[in-house]
Amino acid sequence: MTIENADPDPLPETPPLELRRAQEARLLEAWRTPTGWRYWSAVNNSTVGLWYCVASFGFFLFGGILALLIRIQLAVPSNGFLSADQYNQVFTLHGSVMMFLFAVPIFEAISILLLPQMLGARDLPFPRLSAFGFWCFLIGGVFVSGSIFFNAGPKGGWFMYPPLTSSYQPGIGADIWLLGLSFIEVASIAAAVELIVGVLKCRPPGMRINLIPLYSWYILVVAGMILFAFPPLIAGDLLLEMERTCDWPFFDATRGGDPLLWQHLFWIFGHPEVYIVFLPSVALIAMIVPTMARTKMLGYSWIVLAAVGTGFLSFGLWVHHMFTTGLPGISIGIFSAASQAVAIPTGVQLFCFLATLIAGRVTKSVSMLFVFAGLATFIIGGLTGVMVAVAPFDFQAHDTYFIVGHLHYVLIGGTIFPIIAGFYYFIPLVTGRLLSERVGRVVFWLMLTGFNVTFLPMHLTGLLGMPRRVYTYPAGMGFETLNMISSIGSFVLGIGFVVFLWDVLRPRKNQPLAERNPWNAGTLEWLAEVPNRPWGVRSIPEIDSRYPLWDQPDFVRDVDEGRFYLPDAEEGLRETLVTSEIDAVPRQCLRVPGPTFIPLWAAIFVGGVFIFGTFHWWWSTVISGVLGLATILIWLWTGTAIIPEKPTKDIGLGLTVPIYVSGPQAVGWWAMFITMLGDMTAFIALVFGYFFYWTIHEDFPPDPLPGPGVLWPSISLSLFVAAWWLTILARRWNRADQAKSYYCVLTTAALLTIAGSGALVAGPWITELDPTAHVYPAIVWILVIWTAGHAAVGFIMQTYCIARRAAGKMTSRYDADICNVTLYWHFLALTAVITVATIAGFPLLT
Amino acid sequence: MREPANTTSKPERDESLWSLIVSPIIWAIHFLATYLTAAIWCAKFANSNRSFDEVRVAIGVFTVIALAGIFVNGWGGYRHHKFGGESVPHDDDTPEDRHRFLGFATLLLAGLSAVATLFVAAVAVFVRSCH
Repeated sequence: MTIENADPDPLPETPPLELRRAQEARLLEAWRTPTGWRYWSAVNNSTVGLWYCVASFGFFLFGGILALLIRIQLAVPSNGFLSADQYNQVFTLHGSVMMFLFAVPIFEAISILLLPQMLGARDLPFPRLSAFGFWCFLIGGVFVSGSIFFNAGPKGGWFMYPPLTSSYQPGIGADIWLLGLSFIEVASIAAAVELIVGVLKCRPPGMRINLIPLYSWYILVVAGMILFAFPPLIAGDLLLEMERTCDWPFFDATRGGDPLLWQHLFWIFGHPEVYIVFLPSVALIAMIVPTMARTKMLGYSWIVLAAVGTGFLSFGLWVHHMFTTGLPGISIGIFSAASQAVAIPTGVQLFCFLATLIAGRVTKSVSMLFVFAGLATFIIGGLTGVMVAVAPFDFQAHDTYFIVGHLHYVLIGGTIFPIIAGFYYFIPLVTGRLLSERVGRVVFWLMLTGFNVTFLPMHLTGLLGMPRRVYTYPAGMGFETLNMISSIGSFVLGIGFVVFLWDVLRPRKNQPLAERNPWNAGTLEWLAEVPNRPWGVRSIPEIDSRYPLWDQPDFVRDVDEGRFYLPDAEEGLRETLVTSEIDAVPRQCLRVPGPTFIPLWAAIFVGGVFIFGTFHWWWSTVISGVLGLATILIWLWTGTAIIPEKPTKDIGLGLTVPIYVSGPQAVGWWAMFITMLGDMTAFIALVFGYFFYWTIHEDFPPDPLPGPGVLWPSISLSLFVAAWWLTILARRWNRADQAKSYYCVLTTAALLTIAGSGALVAGPWITELDPTAHVYPAIVWILVIWTAGHAAVGFIMQTYCIARRAAGKMTSRYDADICNVTLYWHFLALTAVITVATIAGFPLLT
Repeated sequence: MREPANTTSKPERDESLWSLIVSPIIWAIHFLATYLTAAIWCAKFANSNRSFDEVRVAIGVFTVIALAGIFVNGWGGYRHHKFGGESVPHDDDTPEDRHRFLGFATLLLAGLSAVATLFVAAVAVFVRSCH
């Protein structure tokens, strides 16, 4: 079926009241939030999104208290409030918590909560993945944050530079950071998958790519950035943890390693990270500004340019954090130039916002105050950023309080103020009530004043020469007054947050509910009823405009009366629409899962691997890992690619679409593709490590070559390629319904996979490469282990597909499992080729 | 079941979101090629007799190729943007306006990528040695 233009004919007549009531009752029953202790089994985006918001805000408050401890300690010279060791833990956790447990998760939280509403979807495509991500985040976050109460917190700074964090910090603090935060990064990648597929595949019919809310553009870009930014850090975490646990010398200069590799891997993550936390906040501004200015956003295409352009250019900046490490001048110049260039798209979007505000008639509100504060503050931070992008200035300012001032202007102006603006703006969607404008203005002035009093003087403190991360300073250096002012300001800022929190949490029983769409906004999230219903949207509308609530006549009424798509839940199942990526033409009626504890259990067991691993409790780690794998397999077996009772479904307005699709049409295929892009990025980061060592050593790979030779890696590659080819063949024969041939080739493929892994490991094993002796054997081993580990997953997938068909859960028509597994195998084959080309091929060239 | 409704001169299957990011990808490849060439040359040959002009010429060649690619992509975007003579904001609910929007966004990104590429290339004009 091909429908190029899905605009419906005139809408049907309003259904009779009785029918509407019956439809609503069925929808309510299908989407009902569980109660009692089962509440925690909820997976619906509105519930999980709320938990996510509350948890990230909780971590924010924790990070804020740590900040106040820092300011107490630095208020006066030679202060003994905190010891040096305590101070190191406090500032390390402050930075880590704010970045990893607040700034990134709050964007995921807000997006999971609001994105489906903005897209008129009932839910995101993988609700259990969102729930799994949330539980991973919570468990990992509590683990990392809790360490400080046992005097076991990380103390290497939020960027954890070795050798400080390898040779000089033998405790478990750094391990907690590396493993705990790696675990949380899994949650971020899960959210990225969810959000990319959500934006591209779960839009309402008619919402063409030129009509999607600007928020969605930003989220698409940011989720894409996460895929390429977080994996290098995961690779770095893996290398540093291997050095700490197994003595593999990746960053130990005495055995060929190099601490600079960590800096590269960290900042390839770390700089885009700044934009990963900034762009979603700008996205909030992009939703608030048109509403408050009472006009459509000007320069929509220019904002898309800004979002996409910033997403790319922000990856070309990482070395500007390393200007003082002695890199060649030309390298510094290249990154300095890119750092200047990123100011262009960043500026473009700000001008679009300003133009919209000038063109419209701005309504006074607290959220607009915070938008203005955010823009002004961010611009100041951006300008000092351009200053430090000039390398000679950076040489002077590096690691001083000037940088502390700069980064807080960027992060608080670019992230926190817009989030607070978003809080004031969006809270009626969550609680049904508005926050007090009067109290809000007090909050605003307290925060704005407190913030500037705290951080403006820091620029001067830094220029006077005060370095970051010192736990105290002697009197008489000119730092006293400025530090005292900063400390006073920090408490004013803190009081602002306390008042804000009080306004959010205070009982409001006497306050009437807000009216529906209280700001008179034009975008779909404001279809939400007050109090909100769990079904997301009563019927999934047809969209003709960027601001349908403003432009489409009788729009809210038609949605409420169930005159659009999927107004019912006849089968009592949770359903939403999947549409095409560009024109949002309906392609599938996707059934999404309801409440289950499986994601929670999966997160607990997978978390156990990281947490037990931190303490070197290897048996517990292995048992937890096996349980985690079993839980995930049960999750997949019982809840994915379920064969429907009928092939198609009438979704209303005379349109019938399939319930089950496979291959590139399916959301699961997209999820696999996106996940593997991230996985590939981590792998490329490891390969980058290999070639990085080649650039810094005269004799890398060593001559004569100690291993792994050419023979075993070549055999391994042949076996992997054969297994890959047979897996593709299996997909074809399954589709042709040739069961015997299918079982035969897939079983052979699985056996070849085992043999291929064995041959790969045999190379360094037989040549007795000792990974603790030098970085060369260590990096060869890590590439081999990475590939063999992925092959093990590939083996599990192959046997899973054999079992699925045998159990009747996969057929020639319903073949999503084998399609997704084949896609995984394309990436695995590429991984094997690159690994063998690197460890066996490259030494032949040198 | 509703049959295919209006036929259009700009069907979805002929459109691609990838064209939007061709220019930024070219910028990224140019950036990496420039950086890696410079970094590897400086690591391996800085103390040899070879001339640093090798690096500068290489960067120049990369830049010409990159700008040519960006120009082609941007020109394609410009033609899409001008389809039918309509002007921005391209916010109609029609396949044609979607087509124009994607073209305009491609053009803008090509422009930004070209500027960013020239920024990076300018380093080769001003820096004459590894240090």
